[in-house]
Amino acid sequence: MADTSLSTLLPADAIVTGIAAEDWRAAIRAAGELLVAGGAATSDYIGQMQAAVDEYGPYIVIAPGLALAHARPSEAVLHTGMSWAGLARPVAFGHPQNDPVELVIGLAAVDHDGHSGALSRLARMLGDPERLRELKKMREPRAIHEAITEYERGE
Amino acid sequence: MRILAVCGMGIGTSVLLKANAEKAVRELGLDAEVEVADIGTARGAAATAGLVLTSGELAAELGDVDIPVVVVANFMDAEEIRRAIAEGTGR
Repeated sequence: MADTSLSTLLPADAIVTGIAAEDWRAAIRAAGELLVAGGAATSDYIGQMQAAVDEYGPYIVIAPGLALAHARPSEAVLHTGMSWAGLARPVAFGHPQNDPVELVIGLAAVDHDGHSGALSRLARMLGDPERLRELKKMREPRAIHEAITEYERGE
Repeated sequence: MRILAVCGMGIGTSVLLKANAEKAVRELGLDAEVEVADIGTARGAAATAGLVLTSGELAAELGDVDIPVVVVANFMDAEEIRRAIAEGTGR
């Protein structure tokens, strides 16, 4: 199993903060557009990510303030990649406990396994509430990418 | 014992849940393997598993299965996941 690093799957160019999004669809679109810009997916994938929430509900809001926007592997996925869309103002996804969302992580995956190591590291990294709070406050994409790289190096 | 981490698509949320559940299993000293399943295959997989971890909405969609289904609200909260596994395994 290829174990690509989190800092490779989530390059600094795929990190944007201060995004103005009026609702959850716009927030997912922002994370999706970053995946498209980075060549991980075609624009069809954005609608697939929104449809996943329509179909399965807002459970992609996996922790307070944090959504993991993703859809199934499909033809719209060109290669496995992630994006980081920090929102200027929190938006509601309709999650009973974890609303409102301030950060949307976009995920496009070609299969079920190639990204699991990187995603697990992301889980451990963001699973520390203190660190999650600090990262959500950071505005500078390079600084966020550097923090992720540092974390991976230390793990 | 097999523990199923269930999400809608089996590639994102459940992968994160699996990572945190594996950590909790180690901390609780359980002899258990954690596997990922999407909602479409979870009912079948539940036939040979001992416990399902999933979100509230998907637990409702999963319906009645013969094994404990424990709802996790915060998939990144190690303490909540540890409690969920302890509850589901009777620890």
